[in-house]
Amino acid sequence: MLVDMRSFWRTLDRGSLRDIALVCLADAIVGASFGAITVSGGLRPWVPITMSVFVFAGGAQFAAAGVVLAGGSPAAAVLAGLILNARLLPYGFTVADTVGGRWWTRLLGAQLITDESVAFTMRQHEPGRRHITFWTCGLALFGCWNVAVVLGVLAGAVLRNTGSFGLDAAFPTVLLALVLPSLAHRGTRHAALAGAILAVAATPFLPAGVPVLLALGGLVLAGRPAATVADTNPALEVR
Amino acid sequence: MPLLAIAVLAAGTYAFRLAGPVFRNRVRIPDRLQRLLSVATAVLLTALVATAALTQGHGFAGWARPAGVLVGGVLALRRAPFPVVIVAAAATTAGLRLAGIA
Repeated sequence: MLVDMRSFWRTLDRGSLRDIALVCLADAIVGASFGAITVSGGLRPWVPITMSVFVFAGGAQFAAAGVVLAGGSPAAAVLAGLILNARLLPYGFTVADTVGGRWWTRLLGAQLITDESVAFTMRQHEPGRRHITFWTCGLALFGCWNVAVVLGVLAGAVLRNTGSFGLDAAFPTVLLALVLPSLAHRGTRHAALAGAILAVAATPFLPAGVPVLLALGGLVLAGRPAATVADTNPALEVR
Repeated sequence: MPLLAIAVLAAGTYAFRLAGPVFRNRVRIPDRLQRLLSVATAVLLTALVATAALTQGHGFAGWARPAGVLVGGVLALRRAPFPVVIVAAAATTAGLRLAGIA
């Protein structure tokens, strides 16, 4: 552990710990769904597990795996995942002060930057609290996420006929639940709806994976962007 | 999904994450770019929801799947717990299929 337990309990109050635990639980469910859906969809077990450790970004993992499972090219899958993860760039600047000054804490801490760890850290203002919040949330999420994905993979390997269990509906539903909060902003909603219509309309004619990228054309309808990043962040509650 | 694709996605993602902690004293991200990135995230995820719910290959996925997603979406809007949302969506789709609706 990076901090001794006494200062840990002093600086991180019970409310924050409970909130972090709840987010970990929600993420574990998403992670288990990811493992189960990808494996029962036909990917080899090591694929979701490797992605979860090294990519460690739920939205991009679902997006990339979804493109591949739909028959799209790996290049389109990687591109979709990278565009989704570009939002981590500003996050890194937001929490840069919490990862510490040593090179190895930066290298480790960077991997723990997620929607959730950044959201929790932004709620704290005192440097010591920010530091402990970021590392506690980041490490807890990393642990829960990866254990849950492995458990999901094991469960998914048992379920063979996924259609009759309705698992194909679970994948878009997970994403929908993640993106709904960010659609509260009008400009974002218009852009997202236009992009979705564009993508569905293009699906019969273009190779799998490409229509989703085409949806970015909807961005021209975004209008005046939301006031704060937090307003438009998907998945601040659940990954 | 080939290992190379996962490696490229992981390396790119890690670069996005590491830039802040490494360059924070030298570079500033413009607010406009920050907002554009978060709207782009919502647009991509929504397009994924729509295509994954409605299409299969190059055609229509049938009614059972979008109906399940719709039920899940309504429950999510009503702030139902996350597991309930997912189970309800899958159960709706499975139930419709059991009833003979593809």
